[in-house]
Amino acid sequence: MISNIQNNKKITFFLLFIITFILYFYGKEIASYFDAKWIIKYPKHYIFPISKYTSLFVKWLMDEATFGTFSFRDLTRFIAWLIQQPYNLILALISKGFLQGQGQDAVEILPPLSWISVITIIVSMALYTKDKILVALVAFAFFYLVIFGQWESSMVTLSSIIIAVPVGVIIGLILGILSYKSELLERIISPILDLMQTVPVFAYLVPILVMFGFGPVSALIATIIYSMPPMVRTTLLALKSIDPQIKECGLMSGCTERQLLWKVLVPVSKPTLMVGVNQVIMLSLNMVIIASMIGAGGLGYDVLASLRRLNIGVGFETGVAIVVLAIALDRLSQAFVNIPARKRKKNISFFKKNFNIITLFIFIIVIYLLSPFLPFIKNFPENLVFNTSLFWEELVKYININYYDNLESFKVTLLTYFMLPIKRFFLGIPWPWFITILTITGWYFGKLRLAFLCLVLSLFIVVTGLWEKAMITLYLCGSSVLIASMIGIPLGVWAGVNARANKALTVFIDTLQTLPSFVYLIPVVMLFRVGDFTAMLAVILYALAPAVRYTAHGIKNINNQIVEAALICGCSPRQLLFKIKLPLALPEILLGINQTIMLALSMLVITALVGTRDLGQEVYIALTKADIGRGLVSGLCVAFISIIADRIIKSGSNKLKDKYGMI
Amino acid sequence: MKNFFAIFFSIFFIGFSSSLSAVESKDPIKLTLHDWTGQLITTNIMAEVLKKAGYNVELVPADYIAQFAGLQTGDLHVAMEMWETTGRDAIDEYTADGRVVNVGSTGMDAIEEWWYPTYMKEKCPGLPNWEALNDCAEAFATPETSPKGRYLGGPVTWGGFDDERVEALNLDWEVIHAGTDAALFAELESAYQRKAPIMLWVYAPHWAPSKYSGEFVDFPPYTTECYTDPSWGINKNSAYDCGKPRGPIWKVASSMLKDKWPGAYDAVEAFTLDSNEMGNLVASVDLDGNTVEAVVADWMSSNEGRWSTWIK
Repeated sequence: MISNIQNNKKITFFLLFIITFILYFYGKEIASYFDAKWIIKYPKHYIFPISKYTSLFVKWLMDEATFGTFSFRDLTRFIAWLIQQPYNLILALISKGFLQGQGQDAVEILPPLSWISVITIIVSMALYTKDKILVALVAFAFFYLVIFGQWESSMVTLSSIIIAVPVGVIIGLILGILSYKSELLERIISPILDLMQTVPVFAYLVPILVMFGFGPVSALIATIIYSMPPMVRTTLLALKSIDPQIKECGLMSGCTERQLLWKVLVPVSKPTLMVGVNQVIMLSLNMVIIASMIGAGGLGYDVLASLRRLNIGVGFETGVAIVVLAIALDRLSQAFVNIPARKRKKNISFFKKNFNIITLFIFIIVIYLLSPFLPFIKNFPENLVFNTSLFWEELVKYININYYDNLESFKVTLLTYFMLPIKRFFLGIPWPWFITILTITGWYFGKLRLAFLCLVLSLFIVVTGLWEKAMITLYLCGSSVLIASMIGIPLGVWAGVNARANKALTVFIDTLQTLPSFVYLIPVVMLFRVGDFTAMLAVILYALAPAVRYTAHGIKNINNQIVEAALICGCSPRQLLFKIKLPLALPEILLGINQTIMLALSMLVITALVGTRDLGQEVYIALTKADIGRGLVSGLCVAFISIIADRIIKSGSNKLKDKYGMI
Repeated sequence: MKNFFAIFFSIFFIGFSSSLSAVESKDPIKLTLHDWTGQLITTNIMAEVLKKAGYNVELVPADYIAQFAGLQTGDLHVAMEMWETTGRDAIDEYTADGRVVNVGSTGMDAIEEWWYPTYMKEKCPGLPNWEALNDCAEAFATPETSPKGRYLGGPVTWGGFDDERVEALNLDWEVIHAGTDAALFAELESAYQRKAPIMLWVYAPHWAPSKYSGEFVDFPPYTTECYTDPSWGINKNSAYDCGKPRGPIWKVASSMLKDKWPGAYDAVEAFTLDSNEMGNLVASVDLDGNTVEAVVADWMSSNEGRWSTWIK
């Protein structure tokens, strides 16, 4: 009986496959035979003007909505003001100095902290963790900023990170805890988080600018929107996966609900929570470029301006500055949380107890007082600034002149035999059939609910008239994800079995995730010209990270007893990997691919900048045409694609977990 | 001691009163900075001139299009360069309700056209005449477009009607759109290093025409009828059978500027620069490596006669 069902399933899938191919090859003929062109192309006059209504609604919200005594915009402006205050304080402290007055009339009352003091503070924080490697790393990172002349801009960027990260982490933590307590809230919040992560920032840039004002605060808010969701997700995951015995233990020792939460549950789930913090930091620094477009300035602006002048070298140096800042902050925050609790010594005078901090303070005050007299304290001497930009330019030039033809033939091969067939496939299938397939897949993995979701979301894309662009998006992201997985999963396996490889790969991945894609996009354009191939390269580089990370995590976390049992049964290392470890890590690997898809989709905005014709381009065009509704609707389409992919893969992964009895 | 105070206060007072008497408000006027040199220069010149008039000025980095949201709400006040060709839609959209106003032309005219490096003339001696384009389409072809020539157009958002132009003039060329200005010139730099064939959209004032030697293609000159009336020109059945228009570069401002700082508004309105002059200033920054500030200071000191009339 069971084998019968299995066979039926196989036959059904085989049939679906055949039909898909027939429709792909003969779709046009069939359509013209029945005189039904709508099968190939959704008719224009049935396009529902959703974008027009969205525009009208957002305009109403921005200009007219009121709560009686004050308008909606007053409220948002008040929130902006609240965020502005701490931001201004930090900006003044480490970058601009305390000023009286505005514009060029401003008089400096107090200068900002010298670069020496900032480095001292950061390094002493690293010293406090007693981790020598960390101290070296942090010192190296901040000296890089000084020596390469990036100090001023990086302090502007740092100030926005200092605000955005804690706000993101705290809101994320609170939302995570609340949705842990209420399942209803979890259900409401989950799709919103999806939207926050996948709707391209350009789609809601204009409304944010109008509501929160043009300037660093809007940039901060956009950053928080984009970087917060992983915090909520990891918080929820961490709390859910706590061993119930720990919870009971807390209850038995008489914890109140609040104590249970803050003294038991949160501390226990700290390691997982820190993964969330890591992602918030990384994603915040990822937004630096876009933030600079709306008045945040800092390193992002330097990258944009230097690339506009085709100054690849300077762009690269500035990009690396963003990377070192990200890695230093991340490692520092990780180390701080992992400091083992120290015994509090009593009977020691206040002075002795806080000796280190007091010394630090005195040092900073001395530096501060000295700075008006010794100019090198205020600004790092310019003639000591390092400049490697010529080297990078010459390098790209050398590769360009000598290897262009080889690269070109490589590219043409990949285009003709890999990318173009995929493109033709996606564009060739008639949309009604594609939706049918999606719905069937949804039903197979998640029964009625998932099938319904797939149907509704894909119909939305059709009726807004964006089907063709969505298919190009799918093709571009699909081929990038394929290649990213082919590279990322083996790397992840390697990192999972070899601790040293793991360390090196982590740095590599962090670099890829935080190095602004603009930095490598321009050299890539020089070597491969604009077009889909260049876009794919950029997407692969950015989206590679989760494939590696999750695979490594999955392989490392396999129950040791299973591995030992396999060894006892006489598995060869090869068998161990392919028959035991990989199947067991498969659910994690699938989640990694899931995240790879998300990141690939979130890169769409950037790929639009090298001339693709996908949904990202649509969002970008909408921005330049000041068409708020059009931008939001195409942004939603991107989000819907990712939601469909996410739900199907998650249900698939759960099914697998069921199969291997891992729940 | 008494003397000291007297001097101190009088300096303070003079400084205060002289600027206060001249301007309507000491709140900072915010001018936007974009990421290309020409715009940095025009904006810095305007800022310096306004400072001389006693206004308080602040420069804010902002995106070319995203800035309109700020201009509309009055968070930003002046944007010095809005190109007819690339900014028309945004200008129309935001000036419609009067919260953003067009302050008139900067006096600079943008040239935008198909452009090729000089070394391509050997392979295609008929250039710059557009009729030669079909004869040497193959010389400009790449594997993806072969046998058609490859023309790298501007970002889709710039408009430009190049697809229509290729159709109307019956050219054996394929239009590929670059996504950004940076990508456009990255390709030019790459091809120029290898002396490889390239035909692309170049505009002036920009540093590229001064850095690379090359020419614009001569299309039938633009007229309004060419774009609107199909029967005009060589192809009797379609429009766009001519070159691109030369559009002015506009200045736009928030309507707040006129209400709050009418004097500054007049100064912005009076501001004019010449295209050639601008080209030289841009080259002095991007090619000779001078800073924007130095170039602007230099311009200010040698053109006092001109800018002083803007602020009267």
